[in-house]
Amino acid sequence: MKEFKVTPIRNGTVIDHIDVGMSLKVLRIIGVRGDVNSTVSVLIHVPSKKGAWKDIVKIEDRELDPKELDKVALISPDATINIIRDYNVAEKFVVEVPERVKGIMRCSNPSCITNKNEPVEPEFAVETKKPLALRCTYCDRLTTDIAENIV
Amino acid sequence: MSGSLKGSDIVSIRDFSREQIEQILNVADKMVPVAKGEEKSTELEGRVLGSLFYEPSTRTRLSFEAAMTRLGGRTLGFDEPKGSSVAKGETLADTIRMVDAYSDVIVLRHPQEGAARLAGHFAEKPVINAGDGAGQHPTQTLLDLFTIRNEKGGIDGNHVVIVGDLKYGRTVHSLSEALSMFGAKLTFVAPPTLQMPKEHIKHIESKGLKPKISNSLDEVIGDADVLYVTRIQKERFPDPAEYRKVAGAFTINRTMLREAKKDMIVMHPLPRMNEINPDVDGTDHARYFVQAFNGVPVRMALLSMVLGGME
Repeated sequence: MKEFKVTPIRNGTVIDHIDVGMSLKVLRIIGVRGDVNSTVSVLIHVPSKKGAWKDIVKIEDRELDPKELDKVALISPDATINIIRDYNVAEKFVVEVPERVKGIMRCSNPSCITNKNEPVEPEFAVETKKPLALRCTYCDRLTTDIAENIV
Repeated sequence: MSGSLKGSDIVSIRDFSREQIEQILNVADKMVPVAKGEEKSTELEGRVLGSLFYEPSTRTRLSFEAAMTRLGGRTLGFDEPKGSSVAKGETLADTIRMVDAYSDVIVLRHPQEGAARLAGHFAEKPVINAGDGAGQHPTQTLLDLFTIRNEKGGIDGNHVVIVGDLKYGRTVHSLSEALSMFGAKLTFVAPPTLQMPKEHIKHIESKGLKPKISNSLDEVIGDADVLYVTRIQKERFPDPAEYRKVAGAFTINRTMLREAKKDMIVMHPLPRMNEINPDVDGTDHARYFVQAFNGVPVRMALLSMVLGGME
């Protein structure tokens, strides 16, 4: 008999193939906290078809916007997004690491001018995608600790 | 960055191609008689340089002022933020917008990394980076290259030994990257805790070079064409005894130079503390004061080129 650990959702977003162990960070960066009004399910350490392990997040009654998708891509570049409408998968795609990252991350260099009280959005160029490394447009510092610096 | 420098910001040496650097050094060559006061120039007459120094500087600030004055222009600005609107908490972005309205070109020294790039975003006039924290100091790199080219007849093929604090010293990072663009052979001499960061070594290796790493000056001095010395700062060492030991091992003196090639030159961005003994000053090797002078023609070239006077 097929076992369902979490039931299908009617409307919302399923983020699948999250790098194992990263689901709680995904929740944090997309702003899911204790005060949600709909059900959020989190599956940690789930076997994937490829024989590896993954995490899954299901958020009911919410579709992620492009900025949130970029954030997910930065910390889990192989994640897939399933938009569910009336129990059907209306859209399915793999997140994509953008060429330039703007306004969703702070520079890891505490001496960078973007960490002072200046009216600019931090901006980064993607130096390498695997492993992901971002170079600050302002101070040139390379940031690899992505999850810690997402705002 | 390509073609003419008119209207361009000068933020990082990484923004320049080898051809552009050579073009700047060629213009600097033509500026030497004016920089020495042997010829007069009115090329930038009526032009105003906005000079914003948020940190103390002697050589950089004075040589920019000298450069602007020698070309017939004027300078306004401050050499410490105390007493200016900055002290009242004004953002750099706002200060830059104001100075942008009062001047034709802006020179900025700031303690925060990336400050010059930010200034470039807010200013319509060209911004020249005069050092942003531990970040870039491109005009120092250009005057270092100018000194090596003029004193050694070229840059390619020279063996440049860089000694001192290679971890935190901002001048050595941009200089070594620029030298690798010119195909100079590089050796880095430092105590292990202050060696060149891996990221910079990788960048140099990406140019097809294999820099040598050493912690003994005696081993490499005999083969050097250029010895570039930088300061080892006391505050990098928690133990004062350790500092004295390390600093002592990297001090250049006349005796040590007996092992050096006859035409080897000694450079230093200055100010020096104890790393070059004054007994070196009178030798044929010493070039650090020539190097300091070279800041004037190189900065004249940049001012002239970004303001569109010279191609």
